[in-house]
Amino acid sequence: MQNHKKLDMQKLLAPLALVILYIVFSIFGTNFLSLDMVKNILESSYYIGFMAFGVTFIIITGGIDLSLGTVMMCAALLGGYTFKQGWPLILSVLLTILVGVVFGFINGNLIAKLRLPPFIATLGTQMMAGGLGSLITKVQSQTWPTATAEVGGWFKKVFIRAELFGVKGFPVGVFWLVGFFIIAALILHKTRFGRYAFAIGSNEEATRLSGIKVGNWKVAVYTLSGFFIGMSGLFYAAAYTTITPGTGAGQEMNGITGVIIGGTSMSGGSGSMVGTLIGVFIMSVLKNGLSSCGLQAPWQTFLTGAVVIGAVLLDIARTNAANRVKKS
Amino acid sequence: MGEIILRMHGIQKYFPGVHALDNAQLEVRAGEVMALIGENGAGKSTLMKILTGVYTKDAGEIELFGKPVEIHSPRDAQAKGVSIVHQELNLMQDLTVAENIFIGREPSKGLLLDQKEQNRMADELLKSLHLNIDAKTQVKRLTVAKQQMVEIAKSLSYNNTKVLIMDEPSAALTESEIEDLFTFIRRLKETGVGIVYISHRMDELKQITDRITVMRDGQYVDTVNTAETTIDEVVQMMVGRVIYEEPKTHSNVAPDAPVVLEAEHLVSDDVKDVSFQLHKGEILGFAGLMGAGRTETARLLCGADPRTGGTIKINGKAARIRNPHDAVAAGIGYLSEDRKRYGLCLGLSVADNTVLASLERFSAGPLVNDGKIEAASKEYIEKIRTKTPSHKTLVRSLSGGNQQKVVLAKWLLRDCDVLIFDEPTRGIDVGAKSEIYKLMNQLAAEGKAIIMISSELPELLRMSDRIVVMCEGRKTGELMIDEATQENIMMYATKREVG
Repeated sequence: MQNHKKLDMQKLLAPLALVILYIVFSIFGTNFLSLDMVKNILESSYYIGFMAFGVTFIIITGGIDLSLGTVMMCAALLGGYTFKQGWPLILSVLLTILVGVVFGFINGNLIAKLRLPPFIATLGTQMMAGGLGSLITKVQSQTWPTATAEVGGWFKKVFIRAELFGVKGFPVGVFWLVGFFIIAALILHKTRFGRYAFAIGSNEEATRLSGIKVGNWKVAVYTLSGFFIGMSGLFYAAAYTTITPGTGAGQEMNGITGVIIGGTSMSGGSGSMVGTLIGVFIMSVLKNGLSSCGLQAPWQTFLTGAVVIGAVLLDIARTNAANRVKKS
Repeated sequence: MGEIILRMHGIQKYFPGVHALDNAQLEVRAGEVMALIGENGAGKSTLMKILTGVYTKDAGEIELFGKPVEIHSPRDAQAKGVSIVHQELNLMQDLTVAENIFIGREPSKGLLLDQKEQNRMADELLKSLHLNIDAKTQVKRLTVAKQQMVEIAKSLSYNNTKVLIMDEPSAALTESEIEDLFTFIRRLKETGVGIVYISHRMDELKQITDRITVMRDGQYVDTVNTAETTIDEVVQMMVGRVIYEEPKTHSNVAPDAPVVLEAEHLVSDDVKDVSFQLHKGEILGFAGLMGAGRTETARLLCGADPRTGGTIKINGKAARIRNPHDAVAAGIGYLSEDRKRYGLCLGLSVADNTVLASLERFSAGPLVNDGKIEAASKEYIEKIRTKTPSHKTLVRSLSGGNQQKVVLAKWLLRDCDVLIFDEPTRGIDVGAKSEIYKLMNQLAAEGKAIIMISSELPELLRMSDRIVVMCEGRKTGELMIDEATQENIMMYATKREVG
């Protein structure tokens, strides 16, 4: 019985960490308990969130995607570039998502059909996406329309802030985040697609021998994840407006860490979308909290690294606990 | 009779919610082989884990050479003279025999390893055990039996090993390899080592053990002299009930039963031109030594490996089987000898595993219907009497026999007409074994066509209607059950092609 309690405790660990972080930053941070800060936390959770929703599927199949960060940037860059070239904004928006989907599809095929290890395959596409973004934009920063822009002023209003319920600057992005969270959770927990993702992560060979076309499902998993990465590129663009080529590498760690903190196992076969959502908020609170304490980017990077290690240690402890339960 | 070197008594062990050991006891004399037997979950491994310091006991005493001791860790156990050889081999395949034996305590000259000395010490050890193995050989080049002996040599190289625990040492060995192992064990006895021998194979007990200790449900049942007991008596002590299983004397298949599956000239890297027919309601046994190509043939039937030639016909029509998906669609279900690797998603629930192959049927639109999944998995838990706390229980926490039943439920739910059982009772205790046998007979009577691969001849003779014998990838014989004997099966199984 003790073991069961321990497992339940671990489920509570992530929400608890979120609350504690919030309290700590409220005490030590400047203006942490302000409405603006809530908006900031939400706004930086959008792109981490979409990224994390997507990669949750991948990690549950026992895979990994290191190309998240640069693909997200590449998508945002290409979208911004085409907009500047005079494309209608809506087409640029769709292109942004499509770039994510295409990279996901390529990753999926490299891994499932050509049998590259996920780590290597996505390390390759990580660099390719980074290079591609710089090549097409000729290493120029790309700017998406601001809220006051003449053309495409709706961009920020639809995705980030708008006047709603009489509140100026209402964070409408949260509707998108929650909406897609519900969709992602449904796909993961209530569809065949989700069930197969768990089965593949738990034992790929047994799943294949059960007559399931594992290769095709894996391509689908990476492609779906690509869609979410495209979405995350879109929301990164909407939140930060200006996109600089050559950035993005390292961003994937925000997403992946969020997923692991949320209780999804790096070894595949177990995890949940709710956990990922909480993990995302932890990452986002951490990011904004640290800067509200006056700790700038290098510190954030340093501490995010520490959180990555902590999260993986936690994952190992969890796996060991599960194995102990099995034996008793 | 040697002196008593190990005595455990009054051992108690509690796990959360389980009283795992209740007054367990065990006694080993110098130079004897003491069998420790019991069904899965009887507490054998828990008792051994206490003896080797993996678990701490909650009550009771352990005496070594008459002195009470506390064993705190596996290292501590080794220092006190207790070693264990695990069922799964823990050797590093790419290292040499010598490197494996002395891993973690390599002889060295200053900062550098002294390879020469290491090889010499290993050779000396192997020679003292009359083992004809070169210390410089890579372990992966040895047969499983030889690897096993290396593992034993390793545990004996801790110079003071007096009690050696062997956990199912014969599980992965062929008949002749087992003979080698027994010769080796007999020599070991002469050196005064006391051996605890854990096994599920009843026939072995008579051959190699001096005394037998039986455990049931975490309790000590009795210790008997092997020479003065019968296997039936021992089995009865184990299960606490009488097992009744009629051996088969004639085929149960109707002479006009239709052919369900027909394999013609199957060829792959490991299978050489194998053809056979399988009838409705038939249990077709596949006999042969390890590496005879039986599992490889089965894997061709279920699309797991690519085949380079031959056709597979289902109900008279050629079936295109290129991958497991095609095979499952054609109604072929494969229960692997290695359930954990090929049969189950251990980290998922009984229900998830049960419906894995037929999830389409439980989906309405894009969503799966959890209510229907629950109903179906509960139905099969009841139907084949799977012992599980609930359908949500993770498969990894079930015993071997019940895990096997979950795999079976998966294929039954998928409506497979052809079921391939590959070593269905390996690592399963006696009680669960007879239940698996009963189920297979029942399924055959219901009209399923069954292929049964087994390395245990008594099992094949008891279950099969017809027996195909293979050797080195070829089919070397086919026998009706009324003409099959252990002798003529072995003859075909060793019928190697010359040249």
